[in-house]
Amino acid sequence: MTATVLAAEAAGRVSAGEAWAFWILGALAVVGALGMVLARNAVHSALWLVVTMLCLGFFYVINAAPFLGAVQIIVYTGAIMMLFLFVLMLVGRDASDSLIETLRGQRVVAVLLGLGFAGLVATGLGRALDGTTAVGLTEANAPGNVQAIAGLLFSRYVLAFEITSALLITAAVGAMVLAHVERGKEDRSDQVERMRQRFAPGSYPAPKAGPGVYANTMSVAVPARLPDGSQSERSISKILPQRELTAPEAAPKGTEK
Amino acid sequence: MTPDYYLVLAAILFTIGAVGVLVRRNAIVLFMCIELMLNAANLTLVAFSRITGTLDGQIMAFFVMVVAAAEVVIGLAIIMSIFRARRSASVDDSNLLKY
Repeated sequence: MTATVLAAEAAGRVSAGEAWAFWILGALAVVGALGMVLARNAVHSALWLVVTMLCLGFFYVINAAPFLGAVQIIVYTGAIMMLFLFVLMLVGRDASDSLIETLRGQRVVAVLLGLGFAGLVATGLGRALDGTTAVGLTEANAPGNVQAIAGLLFSRYVLAFEITSALLITAAVGAMVLAHVERGKEDRSDQVERMRQRFAPGSYPAPKAGPGVYANTMSVAVPARLPDGSQSERSISKILPQRELTAPEAAPKGTEK
Repeated sequence: MTPDYYLVLAAILFTIGAVGVLVRRNAIVLFMCIELMLNAANLTLVAFSRITGTLDGQIMAFFVMVVAAAEVVIGLAIIMSIFRARRSASVDDSNLLKY
């Protein structure tokens, strides 16, 4: 088994198992990338991107970079995508894209540009790398992938590594400065002031009525019924999509008197 | 197949990310497209590392990941402060730096 893998490595070709993994995971990665670009909802875009990033993590492991594969899954899909989802929930939850084109024909031109770019890169790569053989990393990874990377990182690349720490500290301070909201003392209201506002004419002091839970429906999209029989629109969440009931849903269930 | 196929896949992913940046309007989705392009570049570095038989490509990919993490933190903080001022995350709406 190992001998055949090594022989395949020496010939610059990859084993059949890796070829299978490439075609399956590669197709998944492209589908995830396309889904990210095409999904209308930003949360769906983030989830599609997670699929692509997981596939790339597996590719790193296959390409003799197990350390980078683990970092990809922990840092990208674990930390960065969670940060994206947090900000999406804060900011862009209902911010689906506008369909209005500010520049006429921009989308078509963008797709044509992309196709041209892909063609150029692919033909360039094909011509440049035709006939080259892959050396393989079995020799470089001999002391273990993590140990070999650490050896390089703390000798030849130690200056870049130190500068990286300055970059990370700057980023952390910058994020704190940008996300912090300064509130003056005059903006703060004490309890007496808040109570006055609550009972002032025009505001509603009692808690909002919950959405309706009746014998024939348990949907939170059903507005609560007020004592005078009218429906309270403020009892339903604005995020819930408004929709009409279909005929079978609106039909009597046989539970009414 | 040879390891060169990974480079072609990375080119495809990079192109999809670039087209996404040109086509989409939501600032957060634009950011995700940039992340996709960075990931495609990382795949290229890892594949080249295997082709040349040295680990320098993997080190470069590691640094790209660090820079991407810092970039995401700052970028998302900027998007949030723009959203606070404009109540919108669309890049078409922020056509003025002031107000």
